Amino acid sequence: MSDPADPPITFYRLQACPFCERVTRTLQELGLEYRSRFVEPLHSKRDVVKRVAGVRTVPVIVDENTGVTMAESANIVDYLESTYGDGATDAETGTAVASGDGGAE
Amino acid sequence: MLEFDVVELGEANHPEPGDEAAEFTRPLVNDEFWEDRSLSELSSEGDGPTILVFTPMLGSFVGKYVWDELRDRGWDDRAGRVVGVTISTPYAVKRFLEDEACPFPFFSDPANAVAEAYGVDHELDDMEGISEPRPAFFALDSDLQVQGAWVAREWPEFPDYDDLEDELGLE
Repeated sequence: MSDPADPPITFYRLQACPFCERVTRTLQELGLEYRSRFVEPLHSKRDVVKRVAGVRTVPVIVDENTGVTMAESANIVDYLESTYGDGATDAETGTAVASGDGGAE
Repeated sequence: MLEFDVVELGEANHPEPGDEAAEFTRPLVNDEFWEDRSLSELSSEGDGPTILVFTPMLGSFVGKYVWDELRDRGWDDRAGRVVGVTISTPYAVKRFLEDEACPFPFFSDPANAVAEAYGVDHELDDMEGISEPRPAFFALDSDLQVQGAWVAREWPEFPDYDDLEDELGLE
């Protein structure tokens, strides 16, 4: 679910992508408002994701609260939980696009 | 002369100038992605009227003729924004935008509830279970008040585009 107003978190996702659904679940568990932007299965058709995050994989989130743009589901889930979960530390800043096996399509 | 009767669609109970158009939220599809957007949110962005354009599903010749004409007439530079409404899925809309170099975004509404709300829905003969919009144009101000309207009465029927541009107040 996304709010009709402008929520601070934009979530680039692919329909039925398990890594994206993992991020969806975390966003919902934390009660965060977000706007989903759905892209196509073909990486070559994902110019908007490349432009925003420098990669062609999803999920990607852009969090205007903190200025963070992040790819790879494991990293995103860690970020959301540490930023917005119980016992959240100070919000991270900067752009983080992780490498490695973080869970993305 | 063609020796057959043109199919009449009959009167449509659609909003007229001065009426308030129905608000709705649907996935709005552009050439890169789709996201839920509301009509009121869209129409209050920037200046100028919002032109809402209903056509038969993408792939039909009626849809193609209308969108070719609007692209060739440069409607994207002549109103605040021009937005389609279609029963085609977001994937089909994206393909259409790419294949036809179509500069307009579309609300994707496979269940056709938006056309029903605007009184321009049309059950297709022998395509069981498919209802879609008849061709229809509405000019809306930022409060969704209808400024101009044109709705097809025959199947198919195309507007006189010069008259239509006057009716909708295009620059």
